[in-house]
Amino acid sequence: MKRLLVLGGGTAGTMAVNKLRPRLSPQEWKITVVDPDEVHYYQPGYLFIPFGIYQPDEVRKPRKRFLPSGVDLVTTEVDRVVPEENHVLLTDGVRLDYDYLIIATGTTPRPDQTPGMDDESVWRDSVHEFYTFEGACALAEKLRGWDGGRLVVHITEMPIKCPVAPLEFTFLADAFFTEQGMRDRVEITYVTPLEGAFTKPVASRYLGDMLDERKIALEPDFMVERIDPETKTLVSYDEREIGFDLLVTVPLNMGSDMVARSGLGDDLNYVAVDKETLLSKKYDNIFAIGDASDIPASKAGSVAHFAMDLFPENFLRHVQGLAMHEKFDGHANCFIETGHGKGLLIDFNYETEPLPGKYPLPGIGPFSLLKETEMNHWGKVMFRWIYWNILLEGKELPVPALMSMAGKIREDV
Amino acid sequence: MPVTTLNGRSVHVNDEGFLTEYDEWDEDLAKVLAANIGVDLTDAHWKVIHFLREDYKAQGETPTTRRVQQVAGIPIKEQFVLFPKKPGRKMSYIAGVPKPHGCV
Ligand SMILES: Cc1cc2nc3c(=O)[nH]c(=O)nc-3n(C[C@H](O)[C@H](O)[C@H](O)COP(=O)(O)OP(=O)(O)OC[C@H]3O[C@@H](n4cnc5c(N)ncnc54)[C@H](O)[C@@H]3O)c2cc1C
Repeated sequence: MKRLLVLGGGTAGTMAVNKLRPRLSPQEWKITVVDPDEVHYYQPGYLFIPFGIYQPDEVRKPRKRFLPSGVDLVTTEVDRVVPEENHVLLTDGVRLDYDYLIIATGTTPRPDQTPGMDDESVWRDSVHEFYTFEGACALAEKLRGWDGGRLVVHITEMPIKCPVAPLEFTFLADAFFTEQGMRDRVEITYVTPLEGAFTKPVASRYLGDMLDERKIALEPDFMVERIDPETKTLVSYDEREIGFDLLVTVPLNMGSDMVARSGLGDDLNYVAVDKETLLSKKYDNIFAIGDASDIPASKAGSVAHFAMDLFPENFLRHVQGLAMHEKFDGHANCFIETGHGKGLLIDFNYETEPLPGKYPLPGIGPFSLLKETEMNHWGKVMFRWIYWNILLEGKELPVPALMSMAGKIREDV
Repeated sequence: MPVTTLNGRSVHVNDEGFLTEYDEWDEDLAKVLAANIGVDLTDAHWKVIHFLREDYKAQGETPTTRRVQQVAGIPIKEQFVLFPKKPGRKMSYIAGVPKPHGCV
């Protein structure tokens, strides 16, 4: 009997076991998922909780429900992998042996990594985040009672998961305060370590213009060194200071400390893998999928989804000693909420930046790339249902895994 | 890839002017690149640049400012003093390696 261990039963781990279980004979393969958290969260929903658009209960469901029969769930935290000995140690001392290991422990916000950020006098009072369930709920509470001032939306350092989420938060905040009739009492500044609004030039220009139109100030190239809790200012390494009444930050994102303890991580605890096959660069029986790997793609559920369309075939070939054929291209596809019932869509990969056009059908859509439409907003709204009912269970979506240039329009930057 | 002439030699660069061939770099070229972006090279600068070159060669990837701090022991704060405003970008430009991931 061969043992496949999957560490982390989030978006990527769940999709992987749903796709692999039917293809690996139960007589030959035992599959076990290890995840200490019994709840599966729909993280894209965290964006909407602060504005009361989603209620907390709409984004969480029991994890077990999404795992297929024939897959065991162990609800204990992984302490470390001992890759030389092909086993994993759990924090309660239990040892699990494996023949093949899939690391899918994701990435999480780490406010403790920036001096002053999680200082008790400001944390979850004037300094908030929406990258965790607790954070999103606390921010909802804060916004309900807030009567205006300087709102600063901030990214600590790249890479972060869902790199568009802080921009979406900013657009939704602008719409929220407008609808509350208090936009004139809120000054909004978007502070980023990037050179512009987004990582890639064409999209950065579109999104930068959208910030302008909404009278949102942009502070680029800002690398935060610390937060001064007393004066409530963000201080950068080159000694710029930005004062705030309410800071909504995206703290440094890091992979699990378990990865570091296992000696498998880089300086941000991401596992080094081949970017086309997701196989560890060090160990021939370890893969890392989803946000846990170091592939130079966006850390997003959509990326995990497209990667998981190709992964099972590769896995099955690899365990038979055959060469892996499918080559992942870093395909990402993200809806960007822009407020007032509209949204934008971007579609890109390792090589091609987001471009304008139509998706998935060239010239038809129904979705428009890099353009604000109501249809794109509905895409995002539908996505929650698709996530719970189609994606996690590993069912097919009628869009190709690899990015296509059909429907896209090249532009000069 | 476009070719340009730097210091009397033709070298391959990308559309942002970063060298694309690791082996086309040498210290004289680094001085020209540094002058292009208004950086005067001191020993402290060379230490960063040589670390970038060696780490890139070993890892196949340009180290981020965080990694330069953690592995080479040069604090991010100092990197900002040496290569003002955009250390990640400026030091990789001078060292003839790609921009680090973080700023992709
Ligand atoms: C605010 C926000 C908005 C987002 N919006 C979008 C969007 O619009 N579109 C999109 O595509 N993506 C979006 N994402 C990103 C998306 O949610 C993630 O990229 C996706 O969930 C990654 O899946 P994963 O399986 O790699 O990690 P996760 O789903 O985070 O799962 C990791 C799992 O590992 C477990 N784990 C961690 N450490 C251990 C350990 N030591 N032992 C055992 N288990 C462990 C955790 O409990 C967790 O269940 C958003 C994310 C956030 C935070």
